[in-house]
Amino acid sequence: MSTRNLSICMLAAAALYITSCKPKGTSNAVSGDAASKTYVAPGKYDEFYSFVSGGFSGQLAVYGLPSGRLLRVIPVFSVDPEKGWGYSEETKPMLNTSHGFVPWDDLHHVEMSMTDGVADGKWVFVNGNNTPRLARVDLKTFRTAEIIELPNSAGNHSSPFGTENSEYIVAGTRFSVPEDGEAGDVPISSYKENFKGHISFVSVDKNTGNMAIAFQLKTPGVDFDLARAGKGKSNGWFFFSCYNSEQANTLLEVNASQRDKDFIMAVNWKKAEEYVKAGKGKKQSIKYAHNKYNEETHTATSEMENEVTVLDVSEFPDIVYFIPCPKSPHGCDVDPTGEYIVGSGKLAALLPVFSYDKIQKAIADKAFEPEKYAGLPVIKYEAALYGEVKKPGLGPLHTEFDGNGNAYTSFFVSSEVVKWNIKDLKVLDRQPTYYSVGHLMIPGGNTRKPFGKYLVAYNKITKDRYLPTGPELSQSAQLFDISGDKMQLILDFPTIGEPHYAQAVPASLIKDKQLKIFDINSNKHPYATKGEGEAKVVRQGNQVHVYITAIRSHFAPDNIEGVQMGDEVYFHVTNLEQDWDVPHGFGVKGAANGELLVMPGETTTLKWTPDRTGIFPIYCTDFCSALHQEMQGYVRVSPKGSSVPLTYSLGDKLKNNLTAAK
Amino acid sequence: MNKQIITTLSIAAALVIAACGSSSHESASATTTTASSEQPKSAATDPGSYDPKRGEGKYDASNVTVGALDAAMAAKGKSIAETKCFSCHKTSEEKLVGPGWKGVTSRHPAHWIMNFITNPDPMINKDPEVQAQLEICLVRMPNQNLGEQEARDIVEFMRQNDGAK
Repeated sequence: MSTRNLSICMLAAAALYITSCKPKGTSNAVSGDAASKTYVAPGKYDEFYSFVSGGFSGQLAVYGLPSGRLLRVIPVFSVDPEKGWGYSEETKPMLNTSHGFVPWDDLHHVEMSMTDGVADGKWVFVNGNNTPRLARVDLKTFRTAEIIELPNSAGNHSSPFGTENSEYIVAGTRFSVPEDGEAGDVPISSYKENFKGHISFVSVDKNTGNMAIAFQLKTPGVDFDLARAGKGKSNGWFFFSCYNSEQANTLLEVNASQRDKDFIMAVNWKKAEEYVKAGKGKKQSIKYAHNKYNEETHTATSEMENEVTVLDVSEFPDIVYFIPCPKSPHGCDVDPTGEYIVGSGKLAALLPVFSYDKIQKAIADKAFEPEKYAGLPVIKYEAALYGEVKKPGLGPLHTEFDGNGNAYTSFFVSSEVVKWNIKDLKVLDRQPTYYSVGHLMIPGGNTRKPFGKYLVAYNKITKDRYLPTGPELSQSAQLFDISGDKMQLILDFPTIGEPHYAQAVPASLIKDKQLKIFDINSNKHPYATKGEGEAKVVRQGNQVHVYITAIRSHFAPDNIEGVQMGDEVYFHVTNLEQDWDVPHGFGVKGAANGELLVMPGETTTLKWTPDRTGIFPIYCTDFCSALHQEMQGYVRVSPKGSSVPLTYSLGDKLKNNLTAAK
Repeated sequence: MNKQIITTLSIAAALVIAACGSSSHESASATTTTASSEQPKSAATDPGSYDPKRGEGKYDASNVTVGALDAAMAAKGKSIAETKCFSCHKTSEEKLVGPGWKGVTSRHPAHWIMNFITNPDPMINKDPEVQAQLEICLVRMPNQNLGEQEARDIVEFMRQNDGAK
């Protein structure tokens, strides 16, 4: 090699060096081994399940980490035509509220059920922001098992955060409103007088998961944003961030940003619980829906509850203490030891870290501001403060922890994730996100035992990150390896809806508990058909009930005549399969709702009101076998009062069987 | 020469990574867990050992014996079959989705039938007679999650159906 050639190579190397050390461009931020860190080979499993809010899609997405593969989308506060959720007669009650059927909501936050301060893999709780609701998803079935509506609330944003053993999941109202009922018809300008913030403490049965509103705290009217329970030494306390301490009711963008400090509200929930147990709460007559899905009847029920117990915190001096926190605090996050509480003022240029011990001492010493807030004590800022992280970035939102003494905070305005040390409050690393990160998540990063290996940033804006798709672009998740000193971006992937918060747990906690089939012998659905011998069609007035079975690859019956205009036809489809991963689908031409997707051993009902006479095919929508395309049938619809008799059949043999069964 | 340049550049690139990276040299292994196989080990590793007279599964001549017909067991077997089997099988010789049951107990010993109905997938993959049947029916017999006693009851009903006393 000549000297000249060698120097060209050196120049090229120098050029490479310069560009690769300046991660300005979006592609250069990723280093060479990123692919191998996220590659999960075909047939291999991911290390973590992550549960990611679907935002305004009302759904919960399940991704594997580190691959970013989408494993499942769970409808919660939404209908889902893919699964028949909200379309089948059995699932419609899950979306019932005191306002009636509300098939959409804005799902923001995710909370795994906990035992001893770590996720136990039983359930995931999620909040509905718009028509305030709290839902529980069962991780045996990956289905929504229960939804409870929250009275006296509007904008259930400060939710669903839970205590160390999921004794309570909280639901704090973002929009303070007058309490439910006729007294709510007041001038909007009377906010300071009439608007209140209600925080629901929803109890969770340790065995069944069943939820109930144990009590509500009635607080001054402010906007409750986020919350975290204490843990370890601070178990028994809850911390709620709140803004709009100005109590503005219009142009909040300006009017709720006036004060130098808003608050973190510290709640002694054990004390509140004692008062409730001592009968100090007031019973309020009220209406809210409580919906549960029963796995044996495969049917949801919706009941209207009519009472809630309310504690007005202004009447109890030792439940609530306000802690000043700079500039409209958003995140309010408690470190794994339970000692440090990080407040993230959206508009602040620093991050305050509060000390649980100092808060307790301040309360004991009555280190309060001379002026109360709405009649409640305000702890002196310095008396609660451990210290401040100086110049961390712009627009801090959320903080998670790695269990090794470090905290990671997302910065929306400066679009970055910043790692800092909790003890000395020094910034250790900062990495850009693409773009405008909201929440971030470390598996177990909100618990007593984080898995400090990965961090996922959930971004609001993607602009140039993916192939463009018209005016609407997906949001994104960005995966960082945080096992080293510096955070390393190793993957980004698009998400459904807008991802707010997420949580992740080791796959081993969940994967072996999966329900594979519903036992056909335990099926207690009132219209179950346990074998083709029981298949039949029954007329009750203008209702026609079709007891129909599905197995690879035919329906029984598959020919039905005698349906008339004006009839309501209910197809009760029982899947007779008892093998994993063999659902059957069911569609009927012209049905003004959706399909059914029926799991093995399950019975599900599609209601169909024929709108014309003629022949209507039915068919299986989920490819089930080599003869799936043959899994079809016909329903004949005749005019009202027609003399065509109600008959049903399947081939020759079953026609006899079915006739005998009549 | 070209080759040399590429080599040199590769080395230079490696140097650059080394200079800029801090944690980038850590091993990327052990990020995944291995999928556990659902199938019995012999199914994946040793197809040659399949015994078409015995089938594959928990049962053989030593743990499945038949004697005089037990009518109560046969009645239970029929009831289970009504839910889990008769969608696809007739009790006559006629094929529906799968073959008719008439005569099955003279074609196969009881333990073979019990292996097949409790462990169908591996046997569909290996048993020459079952594979020939699949070419006719084109639908793989589903695993209907039969318990041991349920499977035995069904065999008793098949025997009754074939005229055992």
